Amino acid sequence: MGENGAGKTTLAKQLNGLLRPTLGRVTVDGDDTTKKSVAQLSRKVGIVFQNPDHLLFSETVRDEVGFALKNFGFELGVIVKQVERTLEALDLAHYADTSPFLLSGGERKRVALAAVLAWEPDYLILDEPTIGQDYQQKERLRNFILQLNSQGKAVVMVTHDVEFVAECNPKVVLMSKGRIVAQGQADEILSDDGLIEKASLVKPQMAKLFSQLGGFGFPRDVVDVHRAKMLLEEKLSEVKVRVAQGS
Amino acid sequence: MAGTQGEIIAARGLGFQYAGSASKALDDISIVIGQGEFVLLTGPSGCGKTTLCRCLNGLIPNFHPGEISGELLVDGVSVAAETTSELSRKVGYVFQNPENQLFALTVEKDVAFGPENLGLTREEIRGRVDWAMEAAGTVALKDLAPYELSGGQQQRVALAGVLAMKPSVIVLDEPTSFLDPRTAEEIMGAVDDLRRENGITVIVVEHRLDLVGRYAERIVVMDHGRIVADGKVEDVLDAEFDRLSGLGIGLPKVSLLWSLLKRDGLVSERLPTHVESAVKMLSQRLSN
Ligand SMILES: Nc1ncnc2c1ncn2[C@@H]1O[C@H](COP(=O)(O)OP(=O)(O)OP(=O)(O)O)[C@@H](O)[C@H]1O
Ligand SMILES: Nc1ncnc2c1ncn2[C@@H]1O[C@H](COP(=O)(O)OP(=O)(O)O)[C@@H](O)[C@H]1O
Ligand SMILES: [Mg+2]
Ligand SMILES: [Mg+2]
Repeated sequence: MGENGAGKTTLAKQLNGLLRPTLGRVTVDGDDTTKKSVAQLSRKVGIVFQNPDHLLFSETVRDEVGFALKNFGFELGVIVKQVERTLEALDLAHYADTSPFLLSGGERKRVALAAVLAWEPDYLILDEPTIGQDYQQKERLRNFILQLNSQGKAVVMVTHDVEFVAECNPKVVLMSKGRIVAQGQADEILSDDGLIEKASLVKPQMAKLFSQLGGFGFPRDVVDVHRAKMLLEEKLSEVKVRVAQGS
Repeated sequence: MAGTQGEIIAARGLGFQYAGSASKALDDISIVIGQGEFVLLTGPSGCGKTTLCRCLNGLIPNFHPGEISGELLVDGVSVAAETTSELSRKVGYVFQNPENQLFALTVEKDVAFGPENLGLTREEIRGRVDWAMEAAGTVALKDLAPYELSGGQQQRVALAGVLAMKPSVIVLDEPTSFLDPRTAEEIMGAVDDLRRENGITVIVVEHRLDLVGRYAERIVVMDHGRIVADGKVEDVLDAEFDRLSGLGIGLPKVSLLWSLLKRDGLVSERLPTHVESAVKMLSQRLSN
């Protein structure tokens, strides 16, 4: 996370060799990216660009999503299965035979995501994956990412969507002006006034709420609605009892 | 609504089906928007929001072929009777994907392009460009090429280009998607100031209601090409919370929290739409 122009996309492109460092070294599984081709690195590191139109070129959504699998030489049976599974997971099955260019912005973004998620690379780089997505689509995406993550895949997500981050609660790397300025768990970072200011973020609503309710003895690092609800439930029930007994 | 003078947009039974598409992207849309209103347009991905915006500035039917039906008036004139360039003076449109909107060699030239084609004096053009670049926070980028910019920087430039035209309606299609959160807040604030000062009508398409809810007086919710809710933000959220959440709308987290507490009988007030009102109500209860 970090302000516009912080260097997030530039860093993401370093991870599959689209950009090479002019100083220092980037390694993927121990291999220096300057010694590997983008094609070799892409097999391991799948990147979904910020702008979906940079990726799309096939005639149908199904072809688009199967393109890389075909290129990597997977068997037809595997391709069909993976394509169907991914289309299903991202709510695109009904567009399988449609041209990606006839879809809405959010739908195109999901096609771009599906095209990479389908081949299940070891490392996934998602640049602003929630753009154009409604809440339900974000939930699907979150579940899909969590599922891949639990299978041992590393996921790097670039995003400005603080509420989405609050729900996923991943490790956050904060960038500003081309540098990494902080790293930590999302609930710590997103409730830290200094860091929020530095990286041009705003707090998630729950963090705003709990920092203003500080006087009532709540913790400050609350970013998620369900934790917020539990904490408030407890205090509000106490009040209810007090009121019932007192007056 | 507050600050409203005349009707600036009026649709009656507006329908549209993209050529080659099996279903209608817009279906029987009827809506009146008053001058100076700030309207939040939302709904599930693919429900027709962008399609409706494209009708407002004449991209439909001029650039997207298809079958249009019903009636759409902007500032009292049917859009069918106007050219896209006439309409572009009335309705400024910031695209969902900013890159598609930038083409000049430098940021400054891009912002100046619109005003230069309006036949204004050099001083007027200069003044507008400086003002718009300042308002959108792009002054430092003025000599860069659009392709050298980050996604969020491109989005700011696209906005500056639209502001420089001083249109009577500004349509922002998911304007915050590429912006960092603080810039998103600042730009929404700047757009709202413009509206107050100049009576501009603002229509913002957005999934994250918390980002715009503070400025918008009115929310319009679409689903499957139709308008399914329309009213004051607080009223619609309070009355339709479950239905909207079923549609997959990104409701503010404070409203969600409140609805959960309410379900458990711990609070009774109307759903808050921003943090400040939730803080006030909770502080009162907790001080008991
Ligand atoms: N192709 C390019 N040529 C020259 N400069 C570039 C290019 N792309 C980006 N930059 C510059 O590099 C810096 C970092 O850009 P980058 O795209 O990595 O930002 P970002 O953190 O992804 O921002 P955003 O949140 O707006 O997408 C910015 O100052 C930008 O202007
Ligand atoms: N250029 C186009 N040609 C054909 N169909 C389109 C085109 N653009 C959008 N659609 C379809 O029209 C419907 C509404 O899209 P859109 O207005 O872009 O939705 P959103 O509410 O996400 O902005 C979707 O089903 C989409 O797939
Ligand atoms: Mg970027
Ligand atoms: Mg859209």
